Amino acid sequence: MSNPTLKSHHHTMKRLALILSVAIGIVGFTACSNQQLVRVKPYERGNLAKPIMADNMDPILKSMTEHAYFSREASFGGGGVGGGGCGCN
Amino acid sequence: MKSIFTTLVLICSTLAASAADPAAVGQTLPKLGQLLPGATLPNTARKVVLVDFWASWCAPCKASFPCFNRLQEKYAAKGLVIIGIGVDDEAAKYQAFSGKMGAKFPLVHDATHQAAKFFNPPSMPTSYLVDRKGVIRHVHTGFHGEKTEADYTREIEALLSEGS
Repeated sequence: MSNPTLKSHHHTMKRLALILSVAIGIVGFTACSNQQLVRVKPYERGNLAKPIMADNMDPILKSMTEHAYFSREASFGGGGVGGGGCGCN
Repeated sequence: MKSIFTTLVLICSTLAASAADPAAVGQTLPKLGQLLPGATLPNTARKVVLVDFWASWCAPCKASFPCFNRLQEKYAAKGLVIIGIGVDDEAAKYQAFSGKMGAKFPLVHDATHQAAKFFNPPSMPTSYLVDRKGVIRHVHTGFHGEKTEADYTREIEALLSEGS
């Protein structure tokens, strides 16, 4: 390692590895944030729109759970979402 | 070093290319016969065309059918063509829904999603209003009852009054 040429080569390789990992990281994060890459398109949501996919299949169970949260937990609310799985409108 | 940058550029360009842009205002309507092979389509030459993407599982789509029937009755003779493209995966569901809705305009099944992939509708339903020159002039996402119908009426009347 005392060879200056070898040391310089080692240093270059380290820099290269760093640049490469940063670049791959940037590309990866960009890909994740790209909304277009969401695989299930609005026209493919037939299965998500089926009643079995609803979060409130059992209204009694849902109301009891909500009641439990309301009376026992400090965190109540925020249990609903806008729109169903079908992505309509 | 050069090869690393080339690889990165290739990765980025592949990612950009894989994201298909949705059909937008100003774009020319493609030949629907090529996107919907085997479907019986009406003549759209020098007509104002309304292409609507719907599905049997989509409640607003169901609500839009009476509106399209009214528009068809009112404007078909003046040069409006409405084409309803169903995107159901299951042919039986498409057939059952089509039979139930009593559409007075042609319905076609995009079984392979070829047309849907091209138009890439951002929501269900989405409709594209095309002028007599074949250019997409308006895009409607969703169906909001009387408001949407009033918008369609205004836009269709304006497009019909334009020369071919």
